[in-house]
Amino acid sequence: MTFPVNTAVPRTRDHHHHFVYQTPFHPRTSELNRLNVWHRWKDYTVADAYFDVSLEYTALRNACAVFDLSPMTKHLITGPDALAFLDRLVTRDVAKLKPGRVGYAVWCDDQGQVIDDGTIFHLSPGVYRLCSQERQLDWLAASALGFDVTIREETDDLACLAFQGPTSCAVLKQMGLTGIETLTPFGMRGFPFAGTQLAVSRTGFTGDLGYELWIEPAKAVELWDRLFEAGRLYGIQPMGTHALEMSRIEAGFIQAGVDFLPADRAIRTDRTRSPFELDLAWLVDFSKPNFTGRRALLAEQARGSRYRLVRLDIEGNKVAKDAYIYDPRGNTIGAVTSSMWSPMVKASIALATVETPWGKPGDELWAEIYYQKELKWNRTKVRGRIVEGPFYTPARRKQTPAPDL
Amino acid sequence: MTDANRIVIVGGGHNGLVCAAYLARAGRKVLVLEANEQFGGAAVTREFHPGFKVSAVAHLLHLLDPRIARELDLAKHGLAMARENLQTVALSETGAPLVLSRLGLIAGELSGRDQAALAAWLTRMRRFAGVLANQHGRTPPRLAWHGWREALEGAKFALDIRKLGRRDMAEFLRVATMNVYDVLEEEFESEQLKGALALDGVLGTKLGPRSGGTLFALLHRMSASSAGKAAANTGGGPGIGWSLPRGGMGAVTAALAAAARAAGAELRSSARVAAILTQGDRISGVRLANGEQIAAATVISNADPKATLLCLLGARHLETEFARRVQHARAVGTAAKLHLALGALPEFRGVGAAQIGERLLIAPSQQYIEAAFNPAKYREYSAAPVMEISIPTVHDATLAPAGQHVLSATVQYAPYDVAGGWDAHRERFLEQTLSVLERFSPGVRSRVLAAQLLTPVDIEREFHLTGGHWHQGELALDQMLMLRPVPGAAQYAMPVNGLYLCGAGAHPGGGVMGSAGRNAARVVLEAPAASTAAPGAKVPA
Repeated sequence: MTFPVNTAVPRTRDHHHHFVYQTPFHPRTSELNRLNVWHRWKDYTVADAYFDVSLEYTALRNACAVFDLSPMTKHLITGPDALAFLDRLVTRDVAKLKPGRVGYAVWCDDQGQVIDDGTIFHLSPGVYRLCSQERQLDWLAASALGFDVTIREETDDLACLAFQGPTSCAVLKQMGLTGIETLTPFGMRGFPFAGTQLAVSRTGFTGDLGYELWIEPAKAVELWDRLFEAGRLYGIQPMGTHALEMSRIEAGFIQAGVDFLPADRAIRTDRTRSPFELDLAWLVDFSKPNFTGRRALLAEQARGSRYRLVRLDIEGNKVAKDAYIYDPRGNTIGAVTSSMWSPMVKASIALATVETPWGKPGDELWAEIYYQKELKWNRTKVRGRIVEGPFYTPARRKQTPAPDL
Repeated sequence: MTDANRIVIVGGGHNGLVCAAYLARAGRKVLVLEANEQFGGAAVTREFHPGFKVSAVAHLLHLLDPRIARELDLAKHGLAMARENLQTVALSETGAPLVLSRLGLIAGELSGRDQAALAAWLTRMRRFAGVLANQHGRTPPRLAWHGWREALEGAKFALDIRKLGRRDMAEFLRVATMNVYDVLEEEFESEQLKGALALDGVLGTKLGPRSGGTLFALLHRMSASSAGKAAANTGGGPGIGWSLPRGGMGAVTAALAAAARAAGAELRSSARVAAILTQGDRISGVRLANGEQIAAATVISNADPKATLLCLLGARHLETEFARRVQHARAVGTAAKLHLALGALPEFRGVGAAQIGERLLIAPSQQYIEAAFNPAKYREYSAAPVMEISIPTVHDATLAPAGQHVLSATVQYAPYDVAGGWDAHRERFLEQTLSVLERFSPGVRSRVLAAQLLTPVDIEREFHLTGGHWHQGELALDQMLMLRPVPGAAQYAMPVNGLYLCGAGAHPGGGVMGSAGRNAARVVLEAPAASTAAPGAKVPA
């Protein structure tokens, strides 16, 4: 295994003196950030919101919205053993991922506890990109023992945008990406753009029709400008992390550090979660002879899991933020990890973890909600109904050709 | 391809042969594959100069489990001792040597205080070592809950410690994790005595007297098993002390090979295993260096843990954290082996004819050992090394022409990873070693007919021991008992179905004990797949 020094992009980062960096889109995101609310995401400054969270969200669900995804951790994985390495790393069968396709994956420690989730892009035969929520270079390096593989963190070498919403396909066509409507979900394709290549994948974190756009940092601003020019009549808006968070909860997606604690950060052994406990059994492929966590997960399958992740439709209109979950006899059996009022579902929805055997569809669960009205705290205990699958999943998400609105 | 019911043992060292003998006696079909022409691993007798033979790596027998000798009837298969209970002679460059038995001082200058302290200390250490000796025949329990049976094993260990009595238990728990330097400084005045005792805490390790956990390593070296009795209660097992098998260490493994063959095991030499094969999530056999494949549902490796898991099997067949633990297990050999063919018996200062055949130590003080160790930390070798010397030909005429002799010495510190590589340093290290020897044995150099120096790199190449480490992994407290070779793998079964370890890299460790091979055989016979075992056949616990 080798870690080449990346000479393609000269490093100007100086960790001794700087702690926050700007993304390649900063010249535009800073102009548009009328609220001037930012947060630090893996050393980069990113907008929480630009002008109004509700309107940004509304643009996403009814027109299209642009989210600066550049700080997402990205690794280029190449070499003769790239496939074998990834197949041993993650729980799913990577051999089934054809070139030009993207797959969601989780990876575990030896105890079968999830370290992180992310996406694997099969860029070209034997060349992969692994995107993750958390920094993973240490784990990837440890996992590379015995594999002829080269791992390069390329987070800073790529500018990327999530471009999501019902009019996103139409805007990309308007921008000149001919044939983009035929791209299937989890597919990717390259387009010539400004003398370089623009990579487009039909992926996202919103559960909606949408794309992710990948380009060299030097062309980032030009991409942003061309996108907003093409989208002017299609309701295009910038979107911050708050609006994205709303959409991902509606889509029922989990987030590391929020809905589960990455196993490598846990001190207490019962705080970690297995894929089974995160409703990700479909990602675990025991027909593979070996992957990290396999023996522990086989044992868990035989023994039964400790926890179950559930999606709850909660009675009433109060947001069940951090609510305890109770069984009908009043015993505490879990807690909410993500919650919101869903404008699309018109319901209070939540992701929660409960102790087994609780969490099966039809179980009677109660949420205790604390909420404030004009500085006065109130408390209510309401029923939560277990929802199977995403809370919100529009047909356009999976339609090919993608609807051209 | 052949019978998949057979058990393949990778490596015919003493533990591999012990394991093969027990499995074959239990009715299992066993094939031992040894890379070298000669069986025995690092316990072999080789000719290093025409007419001169020597125990190639290990040169003294002291920890062989007496149950193995008895159960496999090694005496019937030709094992005899040329000499048992060797005394230890702590050489001095200037004055008289100290001569020690396992019970105390025999000859030499010691204050009355030291003499009394020595006898008491040796008695106590033998009792402590007895606690470890009782562990030799057991599979170490895991710390996490794995059922009552393992909990019982843990309880037995705790009980052995408790049975030392209140005062000795407290002392055991206090000193078990200490370095040998501090413990000896507490006890004794004589530098010569402390040096001699400290050497046994660091021989064969990349540790100096002040390194953590060296007292535990010393206890391991003292932990000769008694014949199945609770050694802790009998003041340590009788054992055989430091002994010289007639014909060298090769006689031990020759007897083991004969016992294994007699029990029905098939032994193949010059059959180097190049890979351990898997099918799905379990072992399917081995591939030899010549390309031949041999099917086997069970593969037991006498090779060291790193070679077995990272080279023969491959890290990709393991999970990430486990592979990383194996990678980081410490196994950097620092012990070189010096063999001299001598035209006449050498003389050591102050050592009479009665003592010349005993175990001779060049370790005049703890400070001397620590100074010898210092360069090893920086990938350099000792200018003034420590030595454990034996002249086996005093007791065993089979090893050299009449009137001529063989000197065998373990020489430290010669780190495996010496900067610049051993080819650049071998001559100079040999020269320095001989000049140190000359200081303690004036005239020895004029009697040298031939000299052979095996550095850890040579030992790795010739005996297939990763890092040239005699014990297949450091004998440090953090790599012993349930932590040997690495946490989560101390039960002989590896985390790939059908793969086991049976060598010194597994519990209880190195020293030509045979216990690891015997324990591994028991685990394999108890494994659920072991349905082909003859009824009632088992290794006594």
